[in-house]
Amino acid sequence: MTNRHPEIVLPEADLNRELRKKSRRGFILGGLAAAGALGAYESVRLAHKENEVPWPQRRVLDFNGKLWKSYLDDSHLMPTYPESAIRYLKPNGDHGLDEEADDQGNPPAWDGLQLESPGASPVTLQLADIQSLPVQKITTKFCCIEGWSVVQKWTGARFSDFTKKFLPPGSHLTDYIYMATDGEDYFVGLDTKSALHPQTLLVWEQNDKPLVYEHGAPLRLIIPVKYGIKNIKRIGLIRFTNQRPRDFWYEQGYDWFSGL
Amino acid sequence: MSKLVLKHLLAIRWFHWINFPILFLMIWSGMLIYWAYPAYHLGPIALFPQWLFGLFGLKFRLAEGMGLHFVFMWIFIVNGIAYVGYTLFSGEWRYLVPTSLSAFRDAWQVVLHDLHLVKEMPPQEKYNAAQQIAYTGIIVMGLGSFITGLAIYKPANLSWLAALCGGYEFARLIHFALTMGYIGFFVVHIGQVMLAGWNNFRSMVIGWELVKGGESK
Repeated sequence: MTNRHPEIVLPEADLNRELRKKSRRGFILGGLAAAGALGAYESVRLAHKENEVPWPQRRVLDFNGKLWKSYLDDSHLMPTYPESAIRYLKPNGDHGLDEEADDQGNPPAWDGLQLESPGASPVTLQLADIQSLPVQKITTKFCCIEGWSVVQKWTGARFSDFTKKFLPPGSHLTDYIYMATDGEDYFVGLDTKSALHPQTLLVWEQNDKPLVYEHGAPLRLIIPVKYGIKNIKRIGLIRFTNQRPRDFWYEQGYDWFSGL
Repeated sequence: MSKLVLKHLLAIRWFHWINFPILFLMIWSGMLIYWAYPAYHLGPIALFPQWLFGLFGLKFRLAEGMGLHFVFMWIFIVNGIAYVGYTLFSGEWRYLVPTSLSAFRDAWQVVLHDLHLVKEMPPQEKYNAAQQIAYTGIIVMGLGSFITGLAIYKPANLSWLAALCGGYEFARLIHFALTMGYIGFFVVHIGQVMLAGWNNFRSMVIGWELVKGGESK
């Protein structure tokens, strides 16, 4: 074995001098390294912020998002479960759901789904239009960014089927998709690859019952390859765009991609 | 005759001192994340009660926690891989990895010795058997944190890995338990370093340790 652990043998006084020299050198260099690391950390922490997060950190988070987007594949699926695994799903988040139900407890009227695509005039779709698509059912995990998850059964139509049928003639799929509630109180930005994933559905039934208002009636997004924050409720607007769209929780300091 | 021995190689010292603040940041940001869903209890007792989160100022900082965790994970992983690669490549692993099952018996003897229950230490090379198990175990734990971390980071994209870890929930539990393990390791490690004294600590900074003369090895 090569000697990676050399020894220095010297008379006592010389040995102590040598040790003092090595100590001085070692602790000065160590101190400088620690100060440098602290300085680097502080300069990142104090760098100007992009949506609540210092910009160098945003670069890394965006890089992570790109990396996982490129690895995502239509065969990479959130596991599915038997219906016996279904548990109660707490309605979490009511941005864009601030209208009151009427005296009979009926949710407020929904003005349809507006579809916007570059180079085409907006189209308004009704629930029946979405329900004319092939019906899909999925029993899968809904993962909240807080850390908990619940199995739910959803009934809806694949977003990829939706784009095939309703993307206006002559317009192409864009890099991104923006979805918002009517009035844009809540809004999410999605990469098209995740939106076209086979488990991404426009949903009107939850556990075999029509969606209730708190869960996004009459039409919400279920995108199991993203955290719950991207599963927008009560969609009023879908816009195809090549600019990375705004996103409600991104602007509060969360990751834009937020993929699972 | 007394002598100076290069105990800790430069690269190992770098890996060690990089890991120290990074692991601290990973645990800290992990606590910011854990606050949003502090699920784990021992019977009726919450492992981290709300007042404890409040004491450390860890509340309502989920976004910040995730932002730190998923940036510093890169340094944690790269540094860990570099350390393992270096110890394998250089041959230093021979001092660090227990080589036989008797290491467990010897380690128990070391524990009894350190608790002043027995007088003799088992024979050792650079590290005693308890150190070998601890320093190898902590690397296995790091690998465990990496794997379970990936599983809860990407339970759809890496669903096979989450399944391998016993599912999304169980992976999170292991990830948490390993973190508690690091804190336990840290407490014992700091205690042992303080008991071992300045000469030992200094060698982790400057590399060289003073070996007193007399019974040279």
